Amino acid sequence: MRSIKILERILVAIPIMLGVALIVFFFMRLTPGDPVDMMMGNAGNVTQEEIDNIRSELGLDQPLHVQLVDYVKGLLRGDLGTSYKKKEAVSTLIAETIGATVELALAAALFALLVGIPIGVYSAVKQNSWIDRLGMGGAFFGISVPPFWLGIVLILIFSVNLGWFPVKGRLDFDVHIQTITGLYLVDSLITLNWKGFTNALSHLVLPAITLGAAMAAIIARVVRSSMLEALSMDYISLARAKGLSEWRVVIQHALRNALIPTVTVAGLEVGAILGGNMLVETVFGWPGIGRLVVEGIFNRDYPLVQGVVMLYAVIFVLVNLIVDIIYTFVNPRIRM
Amino acid sequence: MKMQSPLQTDGAGTIPNPFMYKVNKTIGNAQDFLKKIAKHPSVVGGFIVILIYLLVAIFAPWIAPHSPVKGDLLNRIAPPAWMEGGSWEHILGTDQQGMDLLSRIIYGTRVSLAVGLLVTAISVVFGTMLGLMAGYFRGWFDSMVSRFADLLLAFPFLIFAIGVMAFIGPGFINLVFALSFKGWVEFFRIARGEVMGEKPKEYVEAAKSLGRSRFAIMVSEILPNIIHSILVLATLRLGYMMIMESSLSFLGLGIQPPTPAWGSMIASGRDYILNAWWLSTFPGIALLILVLAINLFGEGLRDLLDPRLKTKY
Repeated sequence: MRSIKILERILVAIPIMLGVALIVFFFMRLTPGDPVDMMMGNAGNVTQEEIDNIRSELGLDQPLHVQLVDYVKGLLRGDLGTSYKKKEAVSTLIAETIGATVELALAAALFALLVGIPIGVYSAVKQNSWIDRLGMGGAFFGISVPPFWLGIVLILIFSVNLGWFPVKGRLDFDVHIQTITGLYLVDSLITLNWKGFTNALSHLVLPAITLGAAMAAIIARVVRSSMLEALSMDYISLARAKGLSEWRVVIQHALRNALIPTVTVAGLEVGAILGGNMLVETVFGWPGIGRLVVEGIFNRDYPLVQGVVMLYAVIFVLVNLIVDIIYTFVNPRIRM
Repeated sequence: MKMQSPLQTDGAGTIPNPFMYKVNKTIGNAQDFLKKIAKHPSVVGGFIVILIYLLVAIFAPWIAPHSPVKGDLLNRIAPPAWMEGGSWEHILGTDQQGMDLLSRIIYGTRVSLAVGLLVTAISVVFGTMLGLMAGYFRGWFDSMVSRFADLLLAFPFLIFAIGVMAFIGPGFINLVFALSFKGWVEFFRIARGEVMGEKPKEYVEAAKSLGRSRFAIMVSEILPNIIHSILVLATLRLGYMMIMESSLSFLGLGIQPPTPAWGSMIASGRDYILNAWWLSTFPGIALLILVLAINLFGEGLRDLLDPRLKTKY
């Protein structure tokens, strides 16, 4: 039964991804101006013949539906198009920067879980205490604060005034890390590069907190409300009656059940992390996909922007697919 | 909170009038409702702050001490009044073009509120209308709109807005278009779900048997019974839309300088972060307080009107 359920979810995801490609394609066509003119930029001495050559090379002389089919075929091969500005495959540009973005996103998610879950659990166990009020007040602040502004304020306090962390970037100029996975923390550990590790970590702290703050807040709120629900259940009274320690009752019995809705919310929040990384990478000068796109927007590099939007939508759909599958495993009610 | 039957409205213990099939859950007893609100200081407090912002936006030309777009080039990057070198002429200091920061923040209220309210209103109207029809008629119309909504949900909100704005270009109208294009989906989903829950109820059957048109049933019978969920969601989305607007303006995709928008003010202040902290800080505080107030108001309203939404939003 479970495998049928999972297969069903995967089958639903396929037409959604195709539709996503269709929407992205449609918006690309809304672009004012001719893409070839954009490519040539201000180069004045271009003949009509050269322009026609580029048009046919890009398939722009084909009818729209042929272009669409070519576009989808390209996507299936992992071809996201060619950057106007950098004259390189968008997929190559993404591959060069994805390590930085993944490292930041993972650090943010880790921060969100490590901060959000304990606050949620503790607030539920000590409901209406000052810790609960403080935690939920902080969480309310976390969901309301604009992430890019939070980043600037953190820089002002911890970098400019206290000097604890660097203002921007991923690594100091005089520090080098041999790239293996693209995640500097992992790479520096593998190569036993202690100086690289501490330097990369000090650059990562503020962006990760900025990006993870909203997710931490939402997780804390969801964990708290599902913990309150779980703690009022009969099986908790039973566990207490059996004489289990309060710690085991809270963690092993209540939290295990409270984590089920948390998984779903965390999956949806990945969308916020993907969007937020554009802002946070801009604020902190983080050399990832987000900054690549923001540069692309100002250079009117449409294939680049469109390729990343496509990539992010696919990641978002896949993450939620995985969350759905995890959900069928952790939720005993779905198991048949 | 959830009505089982429209006949349950009578709280006085008298026999309910069976012809009184129209029920308005939202208003109920106005006096009771006001009493309930008074018990939620967050609703009252949030509302007062929102009201102050609205008044500031409307009366900006009278409140602002200076022009928001005219700079005094001899007086650039002046610090706030209480700092060394500051003057009460420019209470919050001036920016890199010598424009008065306080005046720009006051005028910036207009952009945030206008975009936020307009996007939310468009989303509510389109989403609710489509949701009513999809939930009532079902069939091909429902599956068509629902599939399209699923597609839009596959994009993270900010990514979608960034993509659209990158293609159609910055500006007020484009910004409202980009945010509304995706914003209606959540209202559609909630309206559709609620309508499907309401349709089998007796008051709808009663209206049908009275021969009322489908349009009349949707708008004057079902809508009043689901509007509270939509209003709560609208309030909760309003603050989010304002953060989206300022995020896009921050990236240079939304409202363009010199028009004062908080997001673009924060962005241009970032270049002076080492010597003029106030340029980015104060517009952000203005935005934060407004979003906090809206969320306080919205969550209080949710707890009052529709506690079921708590698990969803």
